[in-house]
Amino acid sequence: MAKELLKGNEAMAEAAIRAGLQAYFGYPITPQTELLEHMARRMPELNRVFLQAESEVAAINMVYGAASTGVRVMTSSSSPGASLMMEGISYIAASEVPCVIVDVMRGGPGLGNIAPAQGDYFQVVKGGGHGDFRSIVLAPATVQEAIDLTYQAFDLAERYRVVVFVLTDGNVGQLMEPAELPPMRPVERPGRERRAPAWALRGAAGRPKHVISSIYLQPENGEAFNLKLQAKFREIEQHEVRYHEHAVADADLIVVGFGTAGRVAQTAVKQARAVGKRVGFFRPISLFPFPKPRLAELAATTREFLVVEMNSGQMVEDVRLAVEGRVPVRFFGRMGGVVPYPDEILAEIERQLGQPVYA
Amino acid sequence: MLAEEEIVYARPKALSGVHTHYCPGCTHGVAHRLVAEVIDELGIAGQTIGVAPVGCAVFAYNYFDLDFAEAAHGRAPAMATGIKRVLPEHVVFTYQGDGDMAAIGLSEITHAAARGENLTVIFINNAIYGMTGGQMAPTSLPGQKTTSSPLGRDIETTGMPLHMAEMLAGIPGSAYVVRRSLHNVKEINRAKKAIRRAFQVQLAGWGFALVELLSSCPTNWGLSATGALHWVATHMLPAYPLGDYKVRPEVEALR
Ligand SMILES: Cc1ncc(C[n+]2csc(CCOP(=O)(O)OP(=O)(O)O)c2C)c(N)n1
Ligand code: SF4
Repeated sequence: MAKELLKGNEAMAEAAIRAGLQAYFGYPITPQTELLEHMARRMPELNRVFLQAESEVAAINMVYGAASTGVRVMTSSSSPGASLMMEGISYIAASEVPCVIVDVMRGGPGLGNIAPAQGDYFQVVKGGGHGDFRSIVLAPATVQEAIDLTYQAFDLAERYRVVVFVLTDGNVGQLMEPAELPPMRPVERPGRERRAPAWALRGAAGRPKHVISSIYLQPENGEAFNLKLQAKFREIEQHEVRYHEHAVADADLIVVGFGTAGRVAQTAVKQARAVGKRVGFFRPISLFPFPKPRLAELAATTREFLVVEMNSGQMVEDVRLAVEGRVPVRFFGRMGGVVPYPDEILAEIERQLGQPVYA
Repeated sequence: MLAEEEIVYARPKALSGVHTHYCPGCTHGVAHRLVAEVIDELGIAGQTIGVAPVGCAVFAYNYFDLDFAEAAHGRAPAMATGIKRVLPEHVVFTYQGDGDMAAIGLSEITHAAARGENLTVIFINNAIYGMTGGQMAPTSLPGQKTTSSPLGRDIETTGMPLHMAEMLAGIPGSAYVVRRSLHNVKEINRAKKAIRRAFQVQLAGWGFALVELLSSCPTNWGLSATGALHWVATHMLPAYPLGDYKVRPEVEALR
């Protein structure tokens, strides 16, 4: 298939459809709305389910219901809407039914604004709702990557029976770039059923009943279930780490950023290299599982890290945990919907390289 | 004459043979039995998916021998919508209390009705939050003492009870909305007929069907089992008139 000029939000929607999405439930919110609108057009055309819910609370619980039947289902939203979904996400995680959520982050807190931001890192990556659980969180930096990660998200969700977030921002959502869409996968339709997963709700005809629930009244059972969940998250940490790195081998300083902040930072790193500075670049693509082992390795070869984010410093905490104090980890951030310019980051790189290094 | 060994009363097939956690005298059990009998009689157990609420009926899935989901508090109609939309040939019902539906879940039930969602809803109105120990519900009666209205529900500050059946009947998308009671045998039999219709409406694809059941909570009302049934008759019936609030013409023809 050839490259076309595609808008991030629509590209993610179409990628999900081609991944075999059977049902979409969502609620309008900028800068995500084109995703919902694409679904509104395409899903009925393909004889699949589209429903505009009355709220994000309803949308996520509709997702929960559809996911309980073992079909491919998703929702999408932006920061305030994602906040509203958190209770449902916790239930979904605790019921171990797979689903995909796209969060196109915007400026916050509160109503904030509709500009790109990354202030939901804590909310999404550190659990996203009450209780001990993790979602797989994938953070694309380009439209092509948004397509590829959305397409993969459904396989990951089903393999591990977890929530998979595509955590992106208003920049990737609104950006138009040349990109290539994946092939259309076949989808279950009446008369052409995929084999339902062994746990799915499809009616108990000819088999013992299935129950999808998240309640463990006895603390001992609750703990046993939590241990099982945690084992699954450890397995995900073993197998699903994704990152992109550039020019790290000889770097004195490695700049770390995810999503749009990462993409801008990479430009700054290239500029620094062009003037002979030994600067490397590292972009976590999976935020959970976080590329801790690789960052720990790099801490042994580089002299310092600079983390760039469009928030007050959220992922930087995970970088610090990975590095375990072996080298300094400094932070540069813009907030409230401001996207940093490469030269701001370059100035920060230069300032930092001029600083003494306490290691 | 019946042969001695002929079974005249047994557990419906759609109920599992497990001990109940409901309090003695609670009519949740009666409501479960009626739903199970109807499912047996319609022969739909194998294609039915239930959605349990958060409330005393949170363990409904233990009692029904059916595929079941357990929703978040108030969200059963949204969860049921998700199931029904992807499995339109299946029968999907929610079973919800008055806190679950009339307070935290008011939006989800209202919009499910507004969409004419093809669901059956069993609504247990016991005028109180049972599971959390007897707090005021939107359906608590004026003056009713609860743990969060210890001096009696003050309508000046907490308003009047919500009448869910009347409210939902006023929504164009609903096809069948009635109120019944579980306080005596006659009303229990009438309740069963209504539940049967509410499932038939879904089987016919006619849209949203809800049966509100006036129900007892002896534990949190501080009454005996029979005292609680009496209280339904003396206090709830006048406030919540039984009746058919919405019966579309095509539903009328059902028997
Ligand atoms: C989000 C959320 N808020 C509050 C609760 C606590 N809670 C559990 S059951 C319940 C009320 C149940 O009352 P009702 O729906 O009337 O059902 P009943 O127990 O009387 O059958 C509440 C408030 C909860 N589980 N989740
Ligand atoms: S608390 Fe009330 S509603 Fe709950 S089981 Fe006991 S009697 Fe029934």
